[in-house]
Amino acid sequence: MAISLKVNGETRSVDAAADTPLLWVLRDELRLTGSKFGCGIAQCGACTVHVDGQARRSCVTPVGSLEGREVTTIEGLKGDVADAVHAAWAKHDAPQCGYCQSGQVMTAVALLERTPKPAPADIDAAFAGNICRCATYVRIRKAVADASDTIGG
Amino acid sequence: MTAVQQFNTTRRAFLGGAGGFVVAVTLPVRLRAQGGAPGDAPRPFDPNAFVHVGADDIVTVLVKHIEFGQGPWTGLATLVAEELDADWSKVRAEHAPSDPKLYGDPGFGVQITGGSASIRTSYDLMRKAGAAARGMLVAAAARAWNAPASDIRVENGMLIYGDKSASFGSFADAAAKEAAPQDPPLKAPADFRYIGNPDLPKLDTAAKSTGAAMFTLDVYRDGMLTAVVRHADKFGAKVAGFDADAARAVPGVVDVRQIGSGVAVFGRNTYAALQGRKVLKVTWDESRAETRSSEQIATDWLAASRERGAVAHAQGDVDAALAAAATTLDADYVFPFLAHAPMEPLDAVIAPAEGGGVEVWLGSQSVTIDHQTIADACGIGMDKVKLNIMLAGGSFGRRAQPVSDFAREAAEAFMAVGGDKPVKLMWTREDDIRGGFYRPLSGHRLRGGLDADGRIVAWEHVVVGQSFATDTPFESMLIQDGVDGGLVEGASEIPYAVPNINVSNHIMRGPVPVLWWRSVGHTHTGYVVETFIDELLEKAGKDAVEGRLALMSQKNPRLAGTLRKAAEMADWRAARPADRALGVASVQSFGSYVTQVAEVSMADGAPKVHKVWCAVDCGIAVNPDIIAAQMEGGIGYGLSAILFNELQLGQGGAIMQSNFHDYRSLKLHEMPEVDVAIIKSDAAPTGVGEPGLPPIGPAVANAVRKLTGEPVRRPPFVRSMTA
Ligand code: FES
Ligand code: FES
Repeated sequence: MAISLKVNGETRSVDAAADTPLLWVLRDELRLTGSKFGCGIAQCGACTVHVDGQARRSCVTPVGSLEGREVTTIEGLKGDVADAVHAAWAKHDAPQCGYCQSGQVMTAVALLERTPKPAPADIDAAFAGNICRCATYVRIRKAVADASDTIGG
Repeated sequence: MTAVQQFNTTRRAFLGGAGGFVVAVTLPVRLRAQGGAPGDAPRPFDPNAFVHVGADDIVTVLVKHIEFGQGPWTGLATLVAEELDADWSKVRAEHAPSDPKLYGDPGFGVQITGGSASIRTSYDLMRKAGAAARGMLVAAAARAWNAPASDIRVENGMLIYGDKSASFGSFADAAAKEAAPQDPPLKAPADFRYIGNPDLPKLDTAAKSTGAAMFTLDVYRDGMLTAVVRHADKFGAKVAGFDADAARAVPGVVDVRQIGSGVAVFGRNTYAALQGRKVLKVTWDESRAETRSSEQIATDWLAASRERGAVAHAQGDVDAALAAAATTLDADYVFPFLAHAPMEPLDAVIAPAEGGGVEVWLGSQSVTIDHQTIADACGIGMDKVKLNIMLAGGSFGRRAQPVSDFAREAAEAFMAVGGDKPVKLMWTREDDIRGGFYRPLSGHRLRGGLDADGRIVAWEHVVVGQSFATDTPFESMLIQDGVDGGLVEGASEIPYAVPNINVSNHIMRGPVPVLWWRSVGHTHTGYVVETFIDELLEKAGKDAVEGRLALMSQKNPRLAGTLRKAAEMADWRAARPADRALGVASVQSFGSYVTQVAEVSMADGAPKVHKVWCAVDCGIAVNPDIIAAQMEGGIGYGLSAILFNELQLGQGGAIMQSNFHDYRSLKLHEMPEVDVAIIKSDAAPTGVGEPGLPPIGPAVANAVRKLTGEPVRRPPFVRSMTA
């Protein structure tokens, strides 16, 4: 069935069953491969996208639930907060294998858009759903703090 | 070792070649051209197989090791760029093609990444490659400018002579015609500007922060099918039959086929394949399956540990020393099966190619074995297989396959559906957690003796576990006289001067496939040695740091150096809040030396690790920031396992865990603060991908024992403390 959804500012029409997880539509149909598959059950955050600015796990979000909503993927990130996050990620050379990092970046941007000056507990809470098996957490924490400083300045 | 054996034999013969290990591999020369995709611009300047300089000034380093986060792309490129005096902003890295003659590991003889060996085996080689390229560029410039080569300077990607200067690219074509110097001189360490530079940016950070980096899962081909495989719920079970009617009725499911490892469902897209697999009915023949629970296996292993096994190391007379000891300490340890759970579940893409060959995209770590296995499964020669080595989302040992399990599965799936259309094999997290090739379950028996003055006079250690070398090409290399180096490493060579020692092992067999897991034997032997010595020192009334140093300073001075440094960083003797304690552990592994001090408190019956001070001696520090990152990563990955992870087999052998909800991973809020110090050294560089891991478990355990009075001898902690 044809479903229309708005991804990264563009309206796209895809042929998929309404219960298809957004992740597979993004990857298989739209070839937006920045969002990754890590668990399929909302446990790892590798598939994190923004729906109306909120971080969401695309692996458990049925595409049929997104009519009229704005989906942003890592490919469509832009703006001051995204720039600050990318700069901080580069400064700290945060990624190791990199596979989780789209999700980490999406989580960081969603957090800082909403809470530009997060307390450590806000960071803990925002990242509670993002696993990094390489354990780049020390650098993620520093990079989020740095990005927060930049957007504040 | 070892017979030289032709690699182009069938896999059976290859694996079955009794006593022989592959040390030489003959490959058709044309494979060397595999690095570039068809249609790539020809590369004008190829001083050797490791570096290309393009007319566009871009210096491309071909990296013989797979990049999955441990840093060989940046690391090996650093070595080349240093001697070449390249402009770092023009340096790129890519994976070298499959060619064991050019890129084989000097020890294994096959192209492989492992043993934290990338920097260790590349330090001279890659610097020579850079220096050779530099020599050829200089020779070309000297010829063009009619100048003596010795008067030409090279700076940051430029060739300079008097008032003339030109970028590398302008001499790339001409340099290709110059002979490569055979033994070019290398810089003195005092002249290094990239090696040892903590601010050198990694080459792959940008692509990995924007979603642009391509992993195997991101490869799509026209007309590609996605395959998921239903695997058995018990190890050793085989397909008895299946009913695919319901699966075939799922829209988008194209085919259902039995392959060696289970039943493959092929979908036009991922969701169709997954939905099809859900309703597929498979019956299993469990006659040769593992039916013991992991509890039972642990009991069996500990029973075996009552007897001394094949001796890995002996000195003095441990029996007499134990009998004469004033105080003795006995301890049994059990370590669980562990899955590696790399962030990218295992996957592969295989597509038909021109001339009856195939093209493969794979996060290939055992490159040569994967290559051969795929060729065999497709019934073609290795020269008909173009293997693209992809960035991989972690490995931790899982991809270092002696039997190429998932590459074989992908090739079998491709053939089963006709061999004429692209197929992507995708494992789900459940396939991964339940897929075997675990860190082996091991049992340990320790007996220690102190004399009346509190000196440690006896140390007996029996290690029991499966060997991951059994029935693999690595068997004759890794198992000698009944001793598996991968089982006893770290136990057979303790850093402490003890007069009477006996360390032995029993190699067990079973249907659960096991494999090296980040830091291999040290994952358990490091824990055992470092917690047992801590208990013995405590019994002797000695301080954990001073007591270790007294026994270690002579025998292992570099490890002692890291211990002194870490203790100083942590301010070991300073008072802590009453609810916190420090624990320390020092482990030498893969030629590197690491000590960690952990500050721990207990919360809700589980340890909370606040901070870790880590000192590492890995010789010359090529990339200090990558070294620090690998220490952080080793600590986090090790903590995940030691705090939470255990892969259990239940009654009847059924696998109990399946995904991150029951095989937990450390999260950001559980990650301690980490301070890393790198010991200054001019020794040859050694690896850091694994050595950061072994000390963290015992450091935490030693702190926990101070807080609770109870040793933890059966990790994970969370289970041990709540059981
Ligand atoms: S893949 Fe969606 S949370 Fe793991
Ligand atoms: S960088 Fe590898 S999983 Fe996060």
